Amino acid sequence: MLQDHIISVTVENKFGVLARIAGLFSSRGYNIKSLSVAETEDPTCSRMTIVVNADEKILEQIKKQLNKLIDTIKVQEFTNTSYLDRELMLIKVNTDPKKRTDLFQIVEVLNGKIINMTRKSITIEITAASDILENVIKMLQPFGIIETVRTGKIAISRDAVD
Amino acid sequence: MKNKMSGAKILIDALVNEKAEYIFGYIGGQVIPIFDELFGRKDITMIVPRHEQGAAHAADGYARVTGRPGVCLATSGPGATNLVTGIANAYMDSIPMIAITGQVPTTLIGNDAFQEADITGITRPITKHNYLVKNIDDLADIVKEAFYIAASGRPGPVLIDLPSDISKGEAYFNYKDSINLRGYKPNYTGNPRQIKNAAAMIKQAKKPVIFSGGGILHSNASEELLKFVEKTGIPITTSLMGMGSIPSIHPLFLGMPGMHGTYYANMAITHCDLLVAIGVRFDDRVTGKIKEFAPHAQIIHIDIDPTSVSKNIEVTLPIVGDAKNILGQLVSLCEKSDCSIWLDEIDKWKKSHKLTYHETDHVIKPQFVIESIDKITGGEAIIATEVGQHQMWTAQFFKFKYPRQFITSGGLGTMGFGLPAAIGAQIAAPDKIVFDIAGDGSIQMNSQELATCVNYNIPVKIAILNNNYLGMVRQWQELFYSSRYSGTCLRICSHEKYHDKCNKACESDNKEKQKYTPDFVKLADAYGALGIRITEKKDVEGAIKKALAYQGPVVMDFHTDQQENVMPMVPAGAPINQMLITGIA
Ligand SMILES: Cc1ncc(C[n+]2csc(CCOP(=O)(O)OP(=O)(O)O)c2C)c(N)n1
Ligand SMILES: [Mg+2]
Repeated sequence: MLQDHIISVTVENKFGVLARIAGLFSSRGYNIKSLSVAETEDPTCSRMTIVVNADEKILEQIKKQLNKLIDTIKVQEFTNTSYLDRELMLIKVNTDPKKRTDLFQIVEVLNGKIINMTRKSITIEITAASDILENVIKMLQPFGIIETVRTGKIAISRDAVD
Repeated sequence: MKNKMSGAKILIDALVNEKAEYIFGYIGGQVIPIFDELFGRKDITMIVPRHEQGAAHAADGYARVTGRPGVCLATSGPGATNLVTGIANAYMDSIPMIAITGQVPTTLIGNDAFQEADITGITRPITKHNYLVKNIDDLADIVKEAFYIAASGRPGPVLIDLPSDISKGEAYFNYKDSINLRGYKPNYTGNPRQIKNAAAMIKQAKKPVIFSGGGILHSNASEELLKFVEKTGIPITTSLMGMGSIPSIHPLFLGMPGMHGTYYANMAITHCDLLVAIGVRFDDRVTGKIKEFAPHAQIIHIDIDPTSVSKNIEVTLPIVGDAKNILGQLVSLCEKSDCSIWLDEIDKWKKSHKLTYHETDHVIKPQFVIESIDKITGGEAIIATEVGQHQMWTAQFFKFKYPRQFITSGGLGTMGFGLPAAIGAQIAAPDKIVFDIAGDGSIQMNSQELATCVNYNIPVKIAILNNNYLGMVRQWQELFYSSRYSGTCLRICSHEKYHDKCNKACESDNKEKQKYTPDFVKLADAYGALGIRITEKKDVEGAIKKALAYQGPVVMDFHTDQQENVMPMVPAGAPINQMLITGIA
């Protein structure tokens, strides 16, 4: 069954590593839904969060292939509730002066932040789980969305409460 | 206080530290500093081929015989891209290789400089790993890492791209004793519980078969394999890449499975209740239709590469680890299997569908040439091949005796591999007789390496099975495309103009019109090798003896039956028990 999976990969922080990972997906015809990369607390490592849409068999292959790369240090898959995930979105919408207060209210309810405002547009920053962002887009659609940018999902394991 | 030395010297010193004896290299602007360093060095021998592809395949052939990484070297741009086929070939067959390429100076990288090619980008999917050296202080470590990665775990080619300002630059040479890569730790030992489970499954099986491949050779596990086969009494089939890991004449050996495998190997796989797969990757040329491959069997799969396990075939019991190590453990855990009824069943298939061909005196059968080479060399020669029908006939009819004897391009199926690979093999094993069993099409893809043979007096014996066709493809056209031989005939068509259709002169009996080019005897002569043309069966053995008596390289041009097909055959995508067996006695 096709399903989204979140894979977190710790890699050597070297040039060319991203190309290796991307190449691994493209040469096998696997699709990356989102990918985000940055250095970790250890500057010799980078961490990538990759969301893929795949069935179980392909997912197994992806994990094995990722592990096989010499520059891959660790591969982790996040399943079910064992993780916390967030995504950052910047969304620019039209501002019809008449509807401004409606817009402000929605932004507040959504825990968004207005980071720029002109006579024509308002730019909002929102951090949330990815499915919530989908919802935000739906809510803001009536105002007229000019553009959106999303970072892609990042995830971290959730420790049990003690 | 140590002195600084050039990047080129660091490179070569590191190669020598890694026990590289030979470097197959072709010069160009960006590698002059490296060649300059090689000039006059006594601790490493440089072999200059006539094409970079030849360098790569020679390094590959050398590695297949010795088990140690072969080293090849080319300049930037076109030199580097000419290595690509050879690197891909080594990658597909898991051959340890170090490919070194010159690169434009770091200051010019990315500028579309003269002879710049992004060779690390190009080879990323066909190397086990690759490096672009940006800092001379990393160079020695990179070479050490490259050898370690190439030869350990599942072996493969590693490329080092070396900008010329690095090879000209200077640094201190510090060589590490050991390597620790946090992202690369191959697992050798195998899970002990899984190994016990495997032993239990083997004990219970009524109809077991062993299916082993190139992994046995890579891990030098032939001895353990033989012990395992003999202690358990289980019949064994090996993939093309595994040929020679068990003597072909062993009573429990079933030959090769798959598309041009034996009927009995395919039937054994189809009817077995346990398949013990070791160091194989279930290539589609072996499995045929996946759903009907070993449909009644539980499958144990032993392999060092986790990505090979459950990739094409679902397995019951995977064991990730080194074949030698795991087979060693299995030998002590396993007992004699009681499979006499099963062996009787297989014996019936063996008797009803022998691997054979129609013998005749009118024309030279290609299989007869191979049998003659086998007979006259006592089965001791190292046999390289090109790709095509002649390759499959060699796998079917030569009786291999020892591991690393059969040097053939399996995964990539690279025409033009055989001659340069035979050169590498001959350099690795100077006391052996080395043959390249070739097709008339394939030999032309790297025939320039005859110059290399003559230049260094590398006495490779080339046996061209000349059927005037790209025979393997002609066979497919005959069977599946109504004999429309589009693009497979290698004779001169007597065209008036290039766009005229072939006049099919060859279908008339007028021999005069059936011209063939090139004349391989003249070609051999032009290079300074011995050329022999053989058109009659009675002259076959004499020619082989003459070739062996000659001290240098020889080209034997055997004019063989042009219509002969490789049989039996499983059509692509069909289940392996549905074989075409026409042409079999
Ligand atoms: C580089 C390359 N190009 C094309 C092919 C496709 N191909 C496979 S076998 C073959 C025919 C080989 O002809 P020849 O060397 O004469 O051998 P024969 O089959 O006649 O014994 C061809 C064209 C290939 N394997 N490799
Ligand atoms: Mg031919």
